[in-house]
Amino acid sequence: MAGRIVVPFGPQHPVLPEPIHLDLVLEDERVVEAIPSIGYVHRGLEKLVEKRDFKDFVYIAERICGICSFTHSVGYCKAIEAIMDLQVPERAQYLRTIWSEYSRLHSHLLWLGLYADAMGFENLFMNAWRIRETILDAMEETTGGRVIQGVCKVGGVRRDISDAKLKEMTAKLDSIGGEIEDLCHVFFDDASVKHRSVGVGMLSKEDAHKLGAVGPVAKGSGIALDLRQTGYSAYGSLDFKPIVETGCDCYSRCIVRAKELAQSVDLIKQAAANIPAGDIEVKVKGNPDGEYFSRVEQPRGECIHYVKANGSKNILRERVRTPSSANIPPLVKMLEGCQMADVPVIVLSIDPCIGCAER
Amino acid sequence: MGLFSMTKTVLKSLFKKPATIRYPAEPAKRFEGTRGQMEIDIDKCIFCGLCSKHCPADAITVNKNERTWSINRLWCICCNSCAENCNKDAIYQTNVYHAPIVAGETDVDVYQGKPVEEKPAAAEEKAA
Repeated sequence: MAGRIVVPFGPQHPVLPEPIHLDLVLEDERVVEAIPSIGYVHRGLEKLVEKRDFKDFVYIAERICGICSFTHSVGYCKAIEAIMDLQVPERAQYLRTIWSEYSRLHSHLLWLGLYADAMGFENLFMNAWRIRETILDAMEETTGGRVIQGVCKVGGVRRDISDAKLKEMTAKLDSIGGEIEDLCHVFFDDASVKHRSVGVGMLSKEDAHKLGAVGPVAKGSGIALDLRQTGYSAYGSLDFKPIVETGCDCYSRCIVRAKELAQSVDLIKQAAANIPAGDIEVKVKGNPDGEYFSRVEQPRGECIHYVKANGSKNILRERVRTPSSANIPPLVKMLEGCQMADVPVIVLSIDPCIGCAER
Repeated sequence: MGLFSMTKTVLKSLFKKPATIRYPAEPAKRFEGTRGQMEIDIDKCIFCGLCSKHCPADAITVNKNERTWSINRLWCICCNSCAENCNKDAIYQTNVYHAPIVAGETDVDVYQGKPVEEKPAAAEEKAA
């Protein structure tokens, strides 16, 4: 038996977009065990809720993550609205759905690019990010921010999209639809992509369930877990089915995300076609009193916002469980028994967002 | 097929304009609704301090006695919260980003309000 050595991986590593540290126990080139440690970017955002007005905390909730920011604000607002029993206007719900799907598009395109980069496929990386830029432009034009949208507020949304603009956005999505298809085709069929990801980072359905995997990691292992099915915002009135792959490897997780691009485009078109006219916000009176457990589907998976309030303008406690923290135990399982050279691809395949995992 | 999956994209890209802009030679993309830096019409300001109370980044300081309104440009996150909470519509958002600045030297912009006009009665007493 070969002697064991420990190779530190991260928190600073060329392939990692965010700081996670892994101690890889190696036997020759094979990883026997991976010990993760986080704690490099803790910001104490949950504590801040005690000092801020509950309406102002939306800005902070949104900044928990730099990629799935809009979904965080939706999750927080949903909790407050449920506690205060606010009826958010239909139009605001549809607008939230449209922006949520836009952020999913931008997050998945970013991830596909980073994943290609982790495999060493630079052309594909540039291609994915070029398409992402048009999505970011649409977001900046409608919300004012490229990644931090800042349009969600307790009781509705801040900005409206005119019907003419919605038509223009749909037309634009039609035109980039072809580009997205070409991009997905590379991920589906290219020999180098398959070579680097098929059969790598296996996570069986049982393990995914047992270890609490969420989002594309669960969907790539055959579990149809998608919180959009619960019908929050306007998802209840839109037609969609969660995308499930049964390969259980990095390739399946990649395919799930690539297929979700087309699904998001479809959802935006549906929402733009069915959006009702009307107000975009309701007036918020008084302070929240009670507790609520709100669950929303982020690009990376299930995100939980638990809010407890006692009738004052400051909230007592907020707890956020982000999809990345849920996906770290499955990651450790995936790394067991893999080759050292596959570690970057496997780590990237869960789409780690340590910034929001630590908050 | 597996080896030449990008050929279509490559051929398309050959005949397209570059996707990037030659900034700063060309101006950057800017939209009407872009959230840029905050500005204040200091003559309208009553120094009530609501903006600083609602600022998520604690970037705004209001001094009622000295009648100054100051903003730390590096702390400001351009969220528009101060403008929304302003009762006098004195604060507004522009779609321009602030030019690069140095922390501790040029980051705080101070706006000085006009001194309060003395009430006629008080002025008369003084004259007497």
